[in-house]
Amino acid sequence: MTLEAHIRARRGDFEVDLAVHAEAGSVVALLGPNASGKTTTIDAIAGLVPLTGGHVRVGGRTWADAHTSVPPQERSTGLVAAQHLLFPHLTTLDNVAFGPRSRGMRRAPAHARARSELVALGIGELAARRPRELSQGQSQRAALARALATDPDVLLLDEPLSALDPATRAEVRAVLGRRLAAFPGVTLLVTHDPLDALTLADRLVFIDQGRIAQEGPPEEVIARPRDPYVAHIVGLNLYQGQTVDDATVSTVIGPVMTSGVESRGSCWVAFAPAAVSLYPELPVGSPRNAFRCTVASVEVLGQLARVRLTTSDGHPLVAEVTTTSVAELRLHTGAALWATVKATEVSAYPA
Amino acid sequence: MMTDAAQSRQRDGVPAFRRRLAGSRAPLLTLATLGMALVVLPLLGLIARTDWPGLLTHLRAPVVWPAIRLSLITTLITLGLAMLLGTPLAWLLSRATGRLATWMRALLTVPVVLPPVVGGVALLLAYGRNGLVGAPVFDALGLRIPFTPLAVVLAQLFVSLPFYVLAVEGAMRSVDPRFDHVAATLGASPTRVFLRVGLPLAAPGIAAGAALAWARALGEFGATITFAGNLTGRTQTAPLAVYVALQSDPQAAIALSIAMLAVSIAVLGLLRGRWMG
Amino acid sequence: MRALALGVIGLCSVLGLVGCSTSGTDAPEGSGALAEPGGPAAGTRDTDSEPTTLTVLAPASLTEAFTELATQYESLYPQVRIDLSFGSSTTLAQQVAEGVQADLFASAGTDALALLPERYARGGGETTIASNELEIAVELGNPRGITGLEDFTRTDLDTVLCVQTAPCGTAADEAFRAAGLTPTPVSREIDVKATLAKVSLGEADAALVYRSDVVTSTAVDGVTIPTEHNVSLTYPLVWFNAEPHTIGFVDLITGPDGRAALEAAGFAAP
Repeated sequence: MTLEAHIRARRGDFEVDLAVHAEAGSVVALLGPNASGKTTTIDAIAGLVPLTGGHVRVGGRTWADAHTSVPPQERSTGLVAAQHLLFPHLTTLDNVAFGPRSRGMRRAPAHARARSELVALGIGELAARRPRELSQGQSQRAALARALATDPDVLLLDEPLSALDPATRAEVRAVLGRRLAAFPGVTLLVTHDPLDALTLADRLVFIDQGRIAQEGPPEEVIARPRDPYVAHIVGLNLYQGQTVDDATVSTVIGPVMTSGVESRGSCWVAFAPAAVSLYPELPVGSPRNAFRCTVASVEVLGQLARVRLTTSDGHPLVAEVTTTSVAELRLHTGAALWATVKATEVSAYPA
Repeated sequence: MMTDAAQSRQRDGVPAFRRRLAGSRAPLLTLATLGMALVVLPLLGLIARTDWPGLLTHLRAPVVWPAIRLSLITTLITLGLAMLLGTPLAWLLSRATGRLATWMRALLTVPVVLPPVVGGVALLLAYGRNGLVGAPVFDALGLRIPFTPLAVVLAQLFVSLPFYVLAVEGAMRSVDPRFDHVAATLGASPTRVFLRVGLPLAAPGIAAGAALAWARALGEFGATITFAGNLTGRTQTAPLAVYVALQSDPQAAIALSIAMLAVSIAVLGLLRGRWMG
Repeated sequence: MRALALGVIGLCSVLGLVGCSTSGTDAPEGSGALAEPGGPAAGTRDTDSEPTTLTVLAPASLTEAFTELATQYESLYPQVRIDLSFGSSTTLAQQVAEGVQADLFASAGTDALALLPERYARGGGETTIASNELEIAVELGNPRGITGLEDFTRTDLDTVLCVQTAPCGTAADEAFRAAGLTPTPVSREIDVKATLAKVSLGEADAALVYRSDVVTSTAVDGVTIPTEHNVSLTYPLVWFNAEPHTIGFVDLITGPDGRAALEAAGFAAP
């Protein structure tokens, strides 16, 4: 049961135009800034938003193309949004049984199916409660149970954890991870949270302005971001440039010495914030890349501090230093200093 | 030379005075009381002029019971039809975004603001013996619609159905459409979404709309007298009977008015949770 | 509070509420000619410009005649405004009994006069201005071949009468009693105009109304009723005060112009 879709749909002032492929049993995370077209993609697959072009095929069956548009109730999807959207007038059990009942199952088997799904998500004892009697996390689990109770071909999770508080989020994320491991269908997971994507997804798709900015397995995307938003999410400094020689790349922040380029031409240069060292004066005789910067902001996280810098050309650069360094260097906003990166810490890869 | 205290008194005094004036509730209270009086006084007049000891006797006047019975039967049929036809209409309108829906909403508002007598004339021109629909019906079936209880129901529907639809549409529009979306992905057909999600979630609004529409139908006068005529036991509803009896048997008219007032208060009581609670 | 009072006065003038009428409060000075019995001489323009409003209540059947006469009077005396209120005579009489201020009251039939409280007649007077009789209104060309009162007993015809409490309804019942018939109307309409409208709109085959209503309608034809079964109706005019313009308007109605207007409207002389 694979998903093979090319979504073209209107979303406000731009058109979403992207292809999504997913194998049975896999989880694809859709990431991107707000209003980039993630929810539109999900809704188009569910049949809630009309396609302006492209197609949606699931397991060889066409849900939508230029000639057909199967109505939402005849597609096999399960939808969970940030708000649980449980029907307030039904018990948890009846909420979860709503799907099987709508698909023609008789009352008793529908309730049995619903009960087993509630048990699978660890809330079997809440079957008789009304949605208003459930906590946030319980509600979201019930919503998951409702979406899964129809055994959908495609499970559509639209920021399912974003409305939860951090502790509940971790708990529901764990439940979700366990349940998805046993789920035979395709899962599309829209999220803002890299942790969701990294812990739940087999494949990441970054979307910006309705287009795919980058996609690939998590390891690859983390190691080699090719889009500023992706770099921001995975926490790397990323600059576009042109190779000058086997080890040097000319970028917007100046020439950067790297651990070596794979091929000549246009390429990306990336390094981790932790690879950046800060000095009040330019260190002499060092085989390092050095950039003159001013401090834009400092954020202390325990023993470490994240320092956002602006290069002399006005480009952002993030450094991660010890809290001790923050004190020694007196890193207040506006302070001028030098940021250095060893060439061995800089990776360069083709654009 | 002013002392500091005097200066500060003057400084503080002027704004304090203005604050008192602006903060005074007297103008508001005066207007509010007048507004309330305009509503309450006629009701008091009705109650004061009622021959309470003789109320039951007056209610036994020959004109009263047929009118009440006809009013109850026709308004209940009207309410049933308004709910049967109006609820799906309200649901579709509440979920529609196009220009057609805007026009339909505007059209539905017309009978609400139209003088009822004009509505009665319009009904005659549509369902009358020479009317748009009435003429073919009369030619084919020999069925004459005006001067029948059916005409009473049509007149009541014309004025109360829009009331019902607009009230219920408002309630349905406040039902988050994402509930419909979720229900659809769960396999519910549009009809099932309407029955199992839209209806229960909008139930309080439907009840309020129904009460309003029923009260409107019960009080319907102008369109009924113009379109359905006035014949005791057949088309003479309670408001018509009040109007006619006022000329011959004022106490019977007042007794009937009191009965209708009691019904109105009962309806208000049903709505209490919504507007007065 | 003053703003409030102004608001109420404004409301009265906008809505023309009869209860707010200030008519007949002062005799216009220097209008001796008006105060004379016999009223304003034709063509004598009153120079006094004290604004006066006359409130006139009249039965629906006098709508055309009184509207025309009021327009005549207002053009003679531009400072005078005549508020005409037409309706069922009983309803109008009841309004007077409930305290509605009026200067003149014309009635179809004498029954409604009994409803007027005695105190309203002081300083005023009463006269009869016209008479009328029943006639059957039928669709133009009389397509159903209506011949007389007995057609009102046919159930294959849709016939309408005035409601029993309206003078035209009382008169109709009286006529049927005289003819020994029991009519089977589909509706007893609220007043004579509504009764006539059902025929002129083609919804009813016949209506028993007044001759004046048939004469002034271009949408119906009339079928006369033999005198022995007919009921005639007199139209009394009551005035409640002796203010110059009240008397002036009474004189216009009872004078040759009034006579002509009433005759054109299908009324016979009293």
